[in-house]
Amino acid sequence: MKPGQKAGGLINPDQKPEGLISPDLTRVMPYGDSLNDGAVQLSFTLPVPPGARAKEAARQLAEKMGLEQAQVVHMEGIDPRFTFFVVYGRSRHWVDYSIIKAPQAVKQVMSKQDVDAFIRTKFGRRLRIVGACIESDAHTVGIDAILNMKGYNGHKGLESYHGFEVHNLGAQVPGAQVAAKAIQVDADAILISQVVTQKDIHLTNLTKLVEILEAEGIRERIVLAVGGPRINHQLAQELGYDAGFGPGTYAGDVATFIVEELATRLETGTEQKGG
Amino acid sequence: MNKCREAAGKIVQETQKFIEAHTTTSVERAVARLLGIDGVDSQGVPLPNLVVEQVQQAGLLNKGIAYWLANGVLALGMTVQELAVRVGEGQVNLVKLPSQGIQQIREICAGLAVNTVKEISRQRSRREELLRELGEGQQPYLYVIVATGNIYEDVIQAQAAVRQGADIIAVIRSTGQSLLDYVPYGATTEGFGGTFATRENFRIMRKALDEVAGEVGRYVRLTNYCSGLCMPEIAVMGALERLDVMLNDSMYGIIFRDINMQRTFVDQYFSRMINGYSGIVINTGEDNYLTTADAVEAAHTVLASQFINEQFALVSGVPEEQMGLGHAFEITPELEDGFLLELAQAQLVREIFPKAPIKYMPPTKFMTGNIFQGQVQNALFNVASIMTGQGIHLLGMLTEAIHTPFLQDRYLSLENARYVFKTMRHLGEELEFKEDGVIQNRAGEVLLKAAGLLEEIAQLGLMTAISKGYFGDISRQPDGGKGLSGVIRKADSYYYNPFIKLFMRGRDE
Ligand code: B12
Repeated sequence: MKPGQKAGGLINPDQKPEGLISPDLTRVMPYGDSLNDGAVQLSFTLPVPPGARAKEAARQLAEKMGLEQAQVVHMEGIDPRFTFFVVYGRSRHWVDYSIIKAPQAVKQVMSKQDVDAFIRTKFGRRLRIVGACIESDAHTVGIDAILNMKGYNGHKGLESYHGFEVHNLGAQVPGAQVAAKAIQVDADAILISQVVTQKDIHLTNLTKLVEILEAEGIRERIVLAVGGPRINHQLAQELGYDAGFGPGTYAGDVATFIVEELATRLETGTEQKGG
Repeated sequence: MNKCREAAGKIVQETQKFIEAHTTTSVERAVARLLGIDGVDSQGVPLPNLVVEQVQQAGLLNKGIAYWLANGVLALGMTVQELAVRVGEGQVNLVKLPSQGIQQIREICAGLAVNTVKEISRQRSRREELLRELGEGQQPYLYVIVATGNIYEDVIQAQAAVRQGADIIAVIRSTGQSLLDYVPYGATTEGFGGTFATRENFRIMRKALDEVAGEVGRYVRLTNYCSGLCMPEIAVMGALERLDVMLNDSMYGIIFRDINMQRTFVDQYFSRMINGYSGIVINTGEDNYLTTADAVEAAHTVLASQFINEQFALVSGVPEEQMGLGHAFEITPELEDGFLLELAQAQLVREIFPKAPIKYMPPTKFMTGNIFQGQVQNALFNVASIMTGQGIHLLGMLTEAIHTPFLQDRYLSLENARYVFKTMRHLGEELEFKEDGVIQNRAGEVLLKAAGLLEEIAQLGLMTAISKGYFGDISRQPDGGKGLSGVIRKADSYYYNPFIKLFMRGRDE
């Protein structure tokens, strides 16, 4: 009898048929071809020439990483000074999945119509957005995907919403210019994109922007969000942003966040603008 | 095809009128470098910038820096480098020196210019000699990038890549260099997403590649980027340090770096002239349009741009054999028969520009964190390239969506390409595309649309077309972007640049 068959192909947690695979969510490990086998594959290069010693070095390193029964399944000298390895092993580590938290900026994404309706009833005016990809970063596709009329993957951008007035400054925009524009148009939200992350340049750029906004005294009254392939909500919050968005984000995610956040501020009396 | 060339010729001639009536600060800095100025002042400011700024501030750059430098050399009896150092120290003002006879000025310039031009020819001959001695890899050349930010680390990675089969090494520049209005100086060890292009870095990498070329027994080409605010100056450095390939697009800076279009058009003209004379293959950048526009819908804009780049290259003396016109494998993997359309485009470009070492770019936009799928995407790209006989093959990296390549990423992609090229080396010669089939029809459609687009642009003028977002779905204004203040109208017959004639080998000045 194959696992799950008794329950008509569905796993029923209350009634555990014999042999049914049901992981202990307080002790989750990698799965290769059986529960809790801890199977992991990885690859890396060591700055040593290939050979028996190199292979043993790679194996020992894998064991130090917490892998048991580490096996170097492939070794190739890619230069007299460097060797590439593919290693398999069994992780002896586990995590308690039941207590893991991964904060997201939005729980339930609203539809475009709902966002527009929400803005009409809650604020009675259009919300002003300033967006830019800042400093030396010239990647516009991500921020355009969020802001432009056309949007991305069939999801229209914020420009297509009735409730938003969008000022897209494009790429390579200095932080000071973002702040100046936000002040000029009395922005409700600032949306920043950062794509290049080499040598953590995005962290430097993002921190600098927060400092500029604080120095200009507008940080508190603005919803500040950032997105990019290496951005997540937690990182963004650590950097002093209200929200962060990673790969696969659509305009709807950000729209929902902005209106919810502004509504909360309005209710708690921290929203300071009128129409 | 003829219609396309005709329209592109018209577009370029029209733009050329503007170009020839103007010079730029960066063109003049390139001239200063060609006349023998190098180095920085005590503050680290490059001397070519200092001499050109001094004359520009006096509003007299419209005569050309060559005039002022030769005048200074005559007036003070020192070398041009000594003169520049004095300018840097604030001891000499070039425009305040007594003016010398124009005849003598031209003689001095001609003398200095011939020295540099000889040096460039020497580098060109050296390349030819090494190619004869060592031989080279077969086309499509395997091209990989190094981008650690540290030139010494780059050397290690480049040499490793050559040992794994790379034919061309490109040192990607640091983020933001294209917007610097000067060329950094000396060896550099810090950059973001790339390594600064400096003359010393060029020298270090050239030496390293020559070394490893001897070891593997084939010449290894070195690539860097002319694009940005310093196109002509970087072209000079490339000529003197024997680079073999340089990115040099007539519109890339405008569209993707928001550099002013007047500036770019004037700059690309002189920089291509230098590239052409140095025997350097230029790589054009229309493949980038497909990162912001859709590869199926915008395929004809890439082709149209190749025709324009071809004409701009011809007027600056770049022969077809040195035109690495760019295109890319960027159709979404979701599209049924997408690969057929890729083949159509690759074959079309191959046939339209038969002598050009076509530059073929790998999938980038649709690469994801799924590196395993990425290997497959790259393998298909390799198939398209070998089947259609592309010239310069930029290897796709399985980690494209994550970081600039690791040592092992390059190794895996070289292994992938070597395998595909070997096992399919002559596949293209065995196959013909079906009469009236999907591939033939697609090629015909793209060509037709390109012709329509070029005719439209010829009507509008290139600058207007760019301002309407014809390329890459991005619109730029003639007076917008960075670097416009460095564009200067030449003082007609008083303007003097001894190199134009020399580089164009006696063709029209
Ligand atoms: C297209 C592209 C380019 C184009 C950009 C054209 C343009 N106008 O944007 C060009 C060719 C100009 C380019 C140049 C460079 N690039 Co580039 N590029 C890419 C590429 C192939 C795709 C990026 C892209 O468009 N993705 C599609 C969009 C839709 O995805 P996204 O940006 O992740 O956006 C989504 C989310 O992240 C999020 N999001 C993003 N921003 C925001 C903002 C907000 C507010 C929100 C809510 C959400 C959000 O929503 C979006 C939609 O879902 C990537 C590789 C890759 N496959 O990712 C490299 C890549 C990003 N580039 C890279 C590099 C290094 C460069 C250069 C520095 C190379 C060089 N030395 O010259 C230059 C320099 C440019 C500069 N000054 O910044 C590296 C970055 C490495 C790193 N981690 O730091 C990458 C990863 C390639 C690589 N492996 O080397 N590049």
